[in-house]
Amino acid sequence: MDITELTVHELQEKIKSKELTITDITKAYCDRINEKEGDVQAFVTTLTENAMEQAEKMQEQFDKGELKGEFAGIPIGIKDNICTKGIKTTCSSKMLENFISPYDATVMEKIKEENIINLGKLNMDEFAMGGSTEYSYFKKTKNPWNLNKVPGGSSGGSAAAVAANMVPWALGSDTGGSIRQPASFCGVVGLKPTYGLVSRYGLVAFASSLDQIGPITKDVRDAAMLLNIIACHDEKDTTSSDRPKVDYTKCLKNDVKGLKIGIPKEFFGEGINEEVKASLQKTIEKYKELGADIEEFSLDIAKYALATYYIIACAEASSNLGRFDGIRYTYRTPEFKNLKDIYKKSRSEGFGPEVKRRIILGTYVLSSGYYDAYYKKAQKVRTLVMNEFNKGFEKYDVILTPTSPTVAFDIGSKTNNPLEMYLADICTVSVNIAGLPGISIPCGVDKEGMPIGMQLIGNKFCEETLLNAAYTLEQAINFRQNYQPQFRK
Amino acid sequence: MSRENYEVVIGLEVHAELSTKTKIFCSCPTEFGASPNTHTCPICMAMPGTLPVLNEKVVEYAVKAGLATNCDISRDSKNDRKNYFYPDLPKAYQISQFDKPLCEHGYVEIDTDDGKKKIRLTRIHIEEDAGKLNHDEFGGGSLVDLNRAGVPLIEIVSEPDIRSSEEAETYLRKLKSILEYIEVSDCKMQEGSLRADVNVSVRKKGDSKLGTRTEMKNMNSFRSIVRAIEYEVDRQIDVIEDGGTIEQETLRWDEVSGKTFSMRDKEDAQDYRYFPDPDLVAIKLSEEYIQNIKDSLPELPESRKQRYLEEYGLSQKDAKLITSSKYLSDLFEAAIEVCHNPKAVNNWIISDISRILNETEMEPIDIPFDAKQLGKLVILIDKGTISSSIGKKVLVELFENPRDPEDIIKEKGWIQISDEGAIKEVVLKILEANPQSIADYKGGKDKALGFLVGQAMKETKGKANPQMLNKMFIEELKK
Repeated sequence: MDITELTVHELQEKIKSKELTITDITKAYCDRINEKEGDVQAFVTTLTENAMEQAEKMQEQFDKGELKGEFAGIPIGIKDNICTKGIKTTCSSKMLENFISPYDATVMEKIKEENIINLGKLNMDEFAMGGSTEYSYFKKTKNPWNLNKVPGGSSGGSAAAVAANMVPWALGSDTGGSIRQPASFCGVVGLKPTYGLVSRYGLVAFASSLDQIGPITKDVRDAAMLLNIIACHDEKDTTSSDRPKVDYTKCLKNDVKGLKIGIPKEFFGEGINEEVKASLQKTIEKYKELGADIEEFSLDIAKYALATYYIIACAEASSNLGRFDGIRYTYRTPEFKNLKDIYKKSRSEGFGPEVKRRIILGTYVLSSGYYDAYYKKAQKVRTLVMNEFNKGFEKYDVILTPTSPTVAFDIGSKTNNPLEMYLADICTVSVNIAGLPGISIPCGVDKEGMPIGMQLIGNKFCEETLLNAAYTLEQAINFRQNYQPQFRK
Repeated sequence: MSRENYEVVIGLEVHAELSTKTKIFCSCPTEFGASPNTHTCPICMAMPGTLPVLNEKVVEYAVKAGLATNCDISRDSKNDRKNYFYPDLPKAYQISQFDKPLCEHGYVEIDTDDGKKKIRLTRIHIEEDAGKLNHDEFGGGSLVDLNRAGVPLIEIVSEPDIRSSEEAETYLRKLKSILEYIEVSDCKMQEGSLRADVNVSVRKKGDSKLGTRTEMKNMNSFRSIVRAIEYEVDRQIDVIEDGGTIEQETLRWDEVSGKTFSMRDKEDAQDYRYFPDPDLVAIKLSEEYIQNIKDSLPELPESRKQRYLEEYGLSQKDAKLITSSKYLSDLFEAAIEVCHNPKAVNNWIISDISRILNETEMEPIDIPFDAKQLGKLVILIDKGTISSSIGKKVLVELFENPRDPEDIIKEKGWIQISDEGAIKEVVLKILEANPQSIADYKGGKDKALGFLVGQAMKETKGKANPQMLNKMFIEELKK
């Protein structure tokens, strides 16, 4: 048995039945990281030594029956924009190369309460801006299915590490598709929860009204379990919902009979790769076989979502990233003449090209004389997008689309064409704009064996419906049993 | 043309620090004067990933201020970000309010030589204070102190209704006393918890169009505000009289030279890129919430003044002086509770206490002694335990080292010896020691009596009741 191939729920059972020890598991993952990190480059910071020490201590406690937490001793990987006390949180930026957070993000507190072991901080596009993880200041993460391809982004390190069995599960963050798109590219499960379901406290803000932390896992059950851990009301985040806690594993019924699935035709038109389309068609057929009611409908407003997204996200980012100013915990230019110089040079040298591009765009759309034409208008369109989705959910339980118009592309193929890179978000951004939950699960592979992802979109706080729909398909197509990453070079 | 041909137009933007225990978006204390950066946390230091949570007290205090100044209270308000770079602003944006302030369309009524006048308020909004830069402390660099970052402020913006420096001062004093009465700000100007941006313009009398204004930022004393307005009005009139035009600019008032200097002109005007703060939810206030605050508002200075006239028979002038400060007024009322002598307490406050405050440039709130101590002082004089001139000395002691007045006079030996037996003992002792003086007195030298009394005072270290001494010496010498 290869420990690292097991899902978290399988690991959990094997710890309980004493078939495996916590130290066995952590050791297996540390070995796997040592074996594969050279190829995959998923981590900014590895904590393998630390993790082994923790595992040994926990094992002792476990043997005495004193270890608390349903997931005690299970390892995890954390996207490097989630603050971890005493451990570097770099956002894959030169700006925060040496930043050590003095506090834990709320989700990290939850992880620690469960005695889950942090294996390290995972690579990402700088400040979560990008769709390929190529904009990391430190390294380019490779797609475990084909090392010449990108893992997607911005949570590329998280998705690649899960796909490569270097961590059993991981936390990512999703502002416009940053969990779902890399999950799709890497053939794993990625869930972006409803805006407000998971506390954002301690997530380094990119676009505050869009950001959500979520799980990247091997299967849907693991996603439901990780959501159980991180979903909670947090007094430190006033945008977090105070709904009562739900056990998301209870909704996994493996049954979609009578489930109404809406297919927005705009998501299957021009710009969507033919193989992706074909794979999605097959998936839709599968759902029909499973007893779901499928209906095509129009979500015309979606065509404005991408522009709206880039205006709102960049506007908020231009303000959120102001604090990285060379004064306190950030990179500071070594030579400067005056205050203006510190700002200019520190920010010019500390930020990468994509971050600068978005700050400039965001500053522009908020500036006086342009505010009404861009930012205000985008907010209006945002309301229209929400309204259109609401209408959709009057008729359908979930909405099905591709996660990304293409499979993972070649490293370097889009970095010189930002607009083309932005188009990779076209299927995912409207979900953030509307604050809805979305999940990506693998539904097939293309001719080259690269995974294709299906996205399901749910109504606000209807994660249970969404998870059950995804789970039922997963059980029916058995993707993980049929396909495994090959690390092709 | 002279100054009489011009009309002065002034508008004030007053910033008042709210006296909440904790900051506006985190739970750090707001207390003034702590060592640098000790009242900070990841939130007010703007560590990556932190989020603001609005302190509900701040909203309550701002609504109180709005109601006390006759404002309409917004049921649906929000926070906005004002973006700019400066080291004392760690997030690189200030959370403020832009187009939906909490309070709008109010007024403050002031007394002028021509009677009562309403100064209209455009708005009152809530925002966070910035930190402070300490310059030149270490090798000419600047050090950032973020203790003040996130201390809650209200900004009270007046319409350009003020027509002179005197009116500006009267308005500010009135506003200050209102804020003190409703206990939302301690209004300590020297600590910067009340400061004003002053907008000044002039126009020829009869002109309907406002002149170009200049703005003087962060003024924190009545004296400099009055001086700065006077200077700026003269300067603007001179420029216009010389055929020039006024530039819209931000000025810095220099207290030492008594002049204003240009800080930045319109061209440098910053674009703050205001937008709604996505980290904070809208501020929705219910009718019930607003009504509850309305019902809890304390008596305001105007009505207290009226009560003093009727209840205690104070003069207009005295009542106005005492009620101008909530602290003085509270002191007045509480001391009366102790000594039941309103006239005496009034006299102490308007004469000696006010004089000492003026001389030491102290705010009433900094008076170190309490009402009980002041009341006891009045009782001691009323009972004849001390004379009123000793009373003045006790008051000075109370300012320097406040404690029970009885302890002060005991300790200082200021209690009069009025016991006949004790006085007689001293008189006999002094007479026995000074036969020559007895002879002198009997020989017609009245001066000898003064010498004997002086000796007795020396013997008793000033404690003997001088009238009694005098009387008893005469009696004994006549024997």
